Amino acid sequence: MRTPARVFESAPWMAVTVVMCMVGSIIFAIPLKVFGLQPPEPVFSLVPVFVWGASRPSITAPLVILGLGVFQDLLWGSIFGLWPLCLLAAYLFVYAIRRFLSGQEFVIRWAWFCAACAVAFVVADVALTLADRTLPDLPGVAAQWLVTAALYPLANRLTERYENENARFR
Amino acid sequence: MAPLALVVVLAGTAALFVLARGQEPRSPGLDAARRMADSVLAPVERVLGAPVIWVHHAGDSISAYIFAGSQNRALKAQLNQALSWQDKATALQVDNDRLRALLGVKTDPPLPMVLGRTVLDARGPFANTRLVDVGAARGVMEGNPVLSDHGLVGRIVGVAPNASRVMLLTDTESRTPVLLSRTNGRAILTGDGGANPSLAYLRTHDPIRVGDRVLTSGDGGVLPRGLPVGVAVKGLDGAWRVALDSDAVPIDYVRVLLFRDFSQLVPAAALAHRSIPSIATGAPQPSPSAGTAAPTTATSGLSVPRSAP
Repeated sequence: MRTPARVFESAPWMAVTVVMCMVGSIIFAIPLKVFGLQPPEPVFSLVPVFVWGASRPSITAPLVILGLGVFQDLLWGSIFGLWPLCLLAAYLFVYAIRRFLSGQEFVIRWAWFCAACAVAFVVADVALTLADRTLPDLPGVAAQWLVTAALYPLANRLTERYENENARFR
Repeated sequence: MAPLALVVVLAGTAALFVLARGQEPRSPGLDAARRMADSVLAPVERVLGAPVIWVHHAGDSISAYIFAGSQNRALKAQLNQALSWQDKATALQVDNDRLRALLGVKTDPPLPMVLGRTVLDARGPFANTRLVDVGAARGVMEGNPVLSDHGLVGRIVGVAPNASRVMLLTDTESRTPVLLSRTNGRAILTGDGGANPSLAYLRTHDPIRVGDRVLTSGDGGVLPRGLPVGVAVKGLDGAWRVALDSDAVPIDYVRVLLFRDFSQLVPAAALAHRSIPSIATGAPQPSPSAGTAAPTTATSGLSVPRSAP
């Protein structure tokens, strides 16, 4: 007797990713100073933004990203709406370039991930400059962009798991 | 459908950002959401941060044991220096007390404060805030200044029953009126998400120098005057910036000054007087034969001694 083909459920997959991002952000917000230096603060939410935009765009994804952005605002105490705006701008960018991502090598996809992160940070920079009339510290922005860009192996792992799970990609 | 949903959500978010920013006074709904989030996040972060603090304390103990010899030498040198300062401080204190008594100066009463532990630290370039584990239940209110062991850290911008959100001096939204202790010049300390906030609208008759002490000026009544902030430094971009005193110490414990406004610094009985005492100015006096009172100006409670021509 043939077993029915496994249907990929995107909701649990999204929920688990969201929870992991939230936990990662909360852990990295623990106050800590080692040898006078503080650990970096990567934007974990950009990982699912990239993966969902590239692998499985849907109606649900922008709403979940909106929720993730609101969580980031509440966690970091930033202006309400800042991170939803940045994450959705990055999602829009990834959605627009998704056809260039398929079949690309690891390094090329990493470069596109860096570009998506850059879109989010530029939007944050412009939005804050307009809101507070102060240009955020550019070395600080560059540092946060670098540590966020370093998260690409996580995004790659997530994409691989998604493609392995999804019967339609086999 | 997916692109349409994306565009709709993006447009809605942009509208939310603009409305949330432009709304004054702030929306009660957003405030309630922030309070609720802070109430939930504070205990979670306290639990998650506990092992970090234990490891940190253990590391401190180990390094203190290893470097005991060099620390002992450094402390002896500091003690010798401090003893010479103690003599000078005692002499100055005696002088100060005598002059205060002569002038009848009333010093500000000490402000009550509560000690809190930092449980969350947002340190990115777009938001520099902290969550401390004391809130409205301990008397903390929005606007209260927050200090570390060495200097001003920021001020309270959100209060939940058992947690408060502190906006640091380095946040892009932070604007703090400060003065230079050497020249009494004024400036606005402006955060930009970096470690050293800049001094904007600098007004001083004497040029600012590297190492000038920066204190809160108390202008505007948001913060009390004289809280230590840091020292002036020249930034790589050529702008005058401040190396914050609070950067030099661990970030775990902070003191929240329960300062509301300047009425706390004046006895209530003095505020009850409705009439402002008049003072004599240096205006020419009419001769006693004219039979009219000397002109007075009600400008302040300070009496101006009349100098002989």
